[in-house]
Amino acid sequence: MSDWWSMGGYAAYVWSSFGIAAVVLVWNMVWPYVQLRQLRRRLRQEEKQV
Amino acid sequence: MSGFLAMLRRDLLLLARQRGEAVHHVLFFLLLVALFPLGTRPAPDLLLSLAPALMWMAALLAALLSLDRLFRPDLDDGTLEQLLLSREPLALLVLAKVAAYWLGGGLIFVLVSPLVALLLGVPAQAIPVIMLSLLLGTPVLGLIGAIGVALTLGLQRAGVLLSLLVFPLYVPVLIFGAGAMQAAIEGLPAAGPLYMLGGLLLLAISLAPLAAAAALRISLE
Amino acid sequence: MLMRWFHQLGSPPYFQSLARRLSPWLAVPAVLLTAWGFYAGLVHAPPDYQQGDAFRIIYVHVPAAWLSLFVYTAMAVAGAVALVWRMKVAEAFVIAAAPIGASFTFLALVTGSIWGKPMWGTWWVWDARLTSELILLFLYLGVMALESAIEEPRSAARAASLLAIVGVVNVPIIHYSVEWWNTLHQGPTVTRFDAPAIEWSMLLPLLVSALGFTLLFAWLVLVRMRVILLRREAGSRWVREWLQNP
Repeated sequence: MSDWWSMGGYAAYVWSSFGIAAVVLVWNMVWPYVQLRQLRRRLRQEEKQV
Repeated sequence: MSGFLAMLRRDLLLLARQRGEAVHHVLFFLLLVALFPLGTRPAPDLLLSLAPALMWMAALLAALLSLDRLFRPDLDDGTLEQLLLSREPLALLVLAKVAAYWLGGGLIFVLVSPLVALLLGVPAQAIPVIMLSLLLGTPVLGLIGAIGVALTLGLQRAGVLLSLLVFPLYVPVLIFGAGAMQAAIEGLPAAGPLYMLGGLLLLAISLAPLAAAAALRISLE
Repeated sequence: MLMRWFHQLGSPPYFQSLARRLSPWLAVPAVLLTAWGFYAGLVHAPPDYQQGDAFRIIYVHVPAAWLSLFVYTAMAVAGAVALVWRMKVAEAFVIAAAPIGASFTFLALVTGSIWGKPMWGTWWVWDARLTSELILLFLYLGVMALESAIEEPRSAARAASLLAIVGVVNVPIIHYSVEWWNTLHQGPTVTRFDAPAIEWSMLLPLLVSALGFTLLFAWLVLVRMRVILLRREAGSRWVREWLQNP
């Protein structure tokens, strides 16, 4: 198992690549929904003020 | 055709009244090339190896810095809106404007290049190819640049944004132009990259004015 | 019939409800396929005889590179539709796709760079593929920068669309010129990013990852488009109706 983790000595490279991929992809998956929620909140507030 | 010639004639007249413009281009080219060795050691072999890159970067920068005068003066005095309404195809008028712009800028570069080549220690037999590559490449810089200027025309200060938009599109010209120069300096045949430059020029002449005209309409609507 | 659906698609409220319904059908397969592709690439694929386990970076790098090109092309096609038919939804696609494509390009560059270090000892190699990707990133950033610089939203979208079209014409030219340049100045090492993945156990995770990435893009572009359209049409009736329903 620890053999697999070390990736034949290339652990730093392989895991950092996949790690960065995970960060970039997760960010892209989360951010638009955050924007949706913020937008909904803002528009509701503006409706109330009208 | 008459519209094209009329536009060309008008822009050249305006250019002639500002003779300083052409001189600026000469000075810019010479200054850039003169300053460069000061930042490194003036070893002849080093300068020679960097000569193509240096000359083309000067051409790219000069094109970028002077692109503003393509459309902005006409925008400021209202002529541009009139052009959009005219019966002449806008793309043709754009082509005429870029031609005038090039005659006052890129062409100057071509004519000054032998002097610059001398400063950089380029062998004399390479000079015709150097001039030809600039002759073919600098109009492309103007044509592609016109698209960038047209897109950013509505913005107040578009200087850096314009560079960001246009530089990636300049890459093929830089590669083939510098490639041709490099080949000539080394005494190798430069026909390949020169043909590519010619192809780029044909492509740019046929497509860029259309794109720039569309961009003008978008910016002015 | 198809034309009618096409014109229907151009209406923001219709698009909004369609996108909302489609999202889970895209999101779930996307995440599952990508996760499995990564897993299989890390665990099941046998190590490369030349590069050992470092080659596994291919399972991120290559799909990201493929998508970076695919998304730009899609963006340019949508840009053409937006300009010709003045379609708001197509305009939204252009603006929504750009950051996602830029993310993929960034990912391809970073993983390409990381992969290069153990293989050739440097963090950056001026080979044809990486250099082209770098220029592609600048093309994406240009589209994003132009769109955000112009104040009027529809003009901004149309300008960005035109730039995307100009860019897509240039991408093959740039790629060819960079390849030509690279063959002139080829160093002692040759790019071996195209590891001939002949073995099926090596190839399958790659294809699955690529499919996963594609579905991810489809899902994420729809979500971003919803945000853009809702923002733009904020005062309208359909947006107010959307606000009522949670």
